[in-house]
Amino acid sequence: MSSTAHAEHLQEPVTGIPNGKLGIWLFLASEVMLFSTLFTTYIILRVAAPEWPRGWEVLNVPLAMTNTFVLITSSVTMVLAYAKAVTREKAAFNKYLGLTIALGFVFLGIKAIEYGAKFEHRIAPSTSIFYAIYFTTTGLHGLHVIGGIIANSVLLWLSNKQWDHPLFVGRIEYAGLYWHFVDIVWIFLFPALYLL
Amino acid sequence: MADKKHSDHHQEQHWVWKYVFSVDHKVIGLQYLITSFLFLLFGFGLLMLLRWQLAYPGQPVPLFGRFLPEALAPGGVLMPHFYNALGAMHGTIMVFLGMVPLGVGGYGNYILPLQIGAPDMAFPRLNMMSYWVYVVGGILMLSSFFIPGGAAQSGWTSYPPLADISPGQTMWLVAMIFVITSSLLGSINFIVTTLNMRAQGMTLSKMPIFVWGQLVTAVLLLLAFPPLEAAAVLQVMDRVFGTSFYLPTGLVIFGQTLDVSGGGHPLLWQHLFWFLAHPEVYVLILPAIGIVAEIIANNTRKPLFGYKEIVASMLFLGVMSFLVWAHHMYLAGMSSKLSNFFLVTTLIISVPSVAILTCLILSLRGASIRYSVPMLFALAFLPLFGIGGLTGLPLGLTTTDIYLHDTYYVIGHFHYVVVTGSLIALMGGVYYWFPKWFGRRMDDFWGKVHFWGTVITMNGIFFPMFIQGLAGVQRRLYDPTAQAHNLPTQPLNVVSSVFAWLLFLAQIPFIWNFFYSMFKGKKSEENPWKATTLEWACPSPPPHGNFETPPKVYRGPYEYSVPGAKTDWTPQHVET
Repeated sequence: MSSTAHAEHLQEPVTGIPNGKLGIWLFLASEVMLFSTLFTTYIILRVAAPEWPRGWEVLNVPLAMTNTFVLITSSVTMVLAYAKAVTREKAAFNKYLGLTIALGFVFLGIKAIEYGAKFEHRIAPSTSIFYAIYFTTTGLHGLHVIGGIIANSVLLWLSNKQWDHPLFVGRIEYAGLYWHFVDIVWIFLFPALYLL
Repeated sequence: MADKKHSDHHQEQHWVWKYVFSVDHKVIGLQYLITSFLFLLFGFGLLMLLRWQLAYPGQPVPLFGRFLPEALAPGGVLMPHFYNALGAMHGTIMVFLGMVPLGVGGYGNYILPLQIGAPDMAFPRLNMMSYWVYVVGGILMLSSFFIPGGAAQSGWTSYPPLADISPGQTMWLVAMIFVITSSLLGSINFIVTTLNMRAQGMTLSKMPIFVWGQLVTAVLLLLAFPPLEAAAVLQVMDRVFGTSFYLPTGLVIFGQTLDVSGGGHPLLWQHLFWFLAHPEVYVLILPAIGIVAEIIANNTRKPLFGYKEIVASMLFLGVMSFLVWAHHMYLAGMSSKLSNFFLVTTLIISVPSVAILTCLILSLRGASIRYSVPMLFALAFLPLFGIGGLTGLPLGLTTTDIYLHDTYYVIGHFHYVVVTGSLIALMGGVYYWFPKWFGRRMDDFWGKVHFWGTVITMNGIFFPMFIQGLAGVQRRLYDPTAQAHNLPTQPLNVVSSVFAWLLFLAQIPFIWNFFYSMFKGKKSEENPWKATTLEWACPSPPPHGNFETPPKVYRGPYEYSVPGAKTDWTPQHVET
């Protein structure tokens, strides 16, 4: 997200916050609005529903619990990747960013198993309003995970060429902010859908 | 965005990169400007067809009727479903593909970086991407006329359950998701640019009103559009995957219970939609207010009355605009406690709007006004926007709204705000900044012809709607003569329609003037209006990178007729 098309003209960002960082925070603000809307929808639909299934009775809690740990671990490896970028340890950086990406895939894999089991039982978004909100929110979150994996993969791929680029560390930081956001959304989704 | 190109590289670039896929905010600004004017013209064309049906229901459309496909208009007579599509697409195109991209994408892109003394936007490539995502959304929206079932037919508000089951809506939703994404990317860019790229000395309190308007607008877009995006995703789920987010249990359509799981709420969409669409009103009007403020300060040759009050009012408007949405839904069946809350917030939000208008009117006091063409448009904006705003009050009051809701009165009200308000200002802006864009002047005589033709016909279209609305004529009627109580005001439909077609004629001098002056207009000096703001401190049109040396700002934006100064204008970048 950072751009330096005119870095030559520019001295310092007026606010002292780099453009890219300000941009990613604003982007996350809009993402918060997006997911808040979905959570609001969830609350409204649930409060108005005559009956609402217990998440732990119809959904696979152990799988989702595993996924929660997978995502939290990936947030840790993301932070470590950033730390290694700051301390300029390239091999360690590659290892941790690679791990983050791999954990993203693990999350998607487990999600696919979960979805697959539901489809096998002929359960789809159209089955009930509960499954409608379940598939929509987790699906949209899954798309965000895919987005994060793509961003991280591009950075890993660029790291050979751009390791010494002045903005490279910043980009890792912004990708990390986004990845943590995706993680946090899941931490809200998990109890809302599976445990409450 | 690993963009390390230096400005000089752009000079030798292929024309495709220079004019089509340019990352220069000025080129992108003009792309937005021209594209959105074309969309406005197209949306207006839909309306002209629709107005024929309203004026002469059931009669074949002259001239154009024969070109319409048999399925939509057999023998030139509009079918009801085509009429509905015209209405829905007119609203959608005018608001989302016309006015917002024009005010924000067009003016914001070109003028904002110049007025804060920046060489470009903060994220030039993202800026280019915003434009092209918008174009894709626009093309998808237009192409929906050609898909089986035709374009969306549920009004620009797309209320379910109708929108969940009527044809054409899926394309509308997909197109909207593109347009919303474009706006989100754009708004991030505008906020970062305004906060981070200001020239030395350009403190927040020295920013022109136009920049303030764009900043507040960008924040509104950033925070209000995602809920609509989420709402659109849910509607796509309903239509494509058979969910029931907006469909209640046991909904009966054509005598048959709909085969869905149910459990959803049609009202949910209305809340989510208006949570966006009320801030959207301020997205439409704040850039226009910014333009009017610039033109008025420049042509009255004195400082704006109440700069701080205008800025404070804009910020307050921005916050309050998130708390009034349900006044669009008084009749949707909400509890009276809730509607009282929204009644109060609605009346509160009228205060800053009136404050801004009052400041602008008081700015005229004691001035020797220069009646240039842009100033004519700015002067027309004041009373006409006033009419639009004041006629909104009876709609904000629950008791009067019971009668006026969904009548032509509502249509008259919001068209006075958006057309004779915003659009008039945006047209005035063309005359004001044309010398900046092309280094030439637009013709004054044809400008005045355009001005008078436009203002008179616009009032001719919209004023009769108040009378019709008070007489109880409902909006969105295919055949207004079908109900007896509509008959006494039916002649007013003819009046409105004739003025709508005249409004089209009044735009011909504008279009001709624009393109003729672009190539053959009188050459303009660098600062033809003797203006103080920074966009006039660089050559016209500005080169890539805008300013030869980064400007420094020493004073506020509107230092006109400063006692003791040599000239009656003291630009922001001039020391002493």
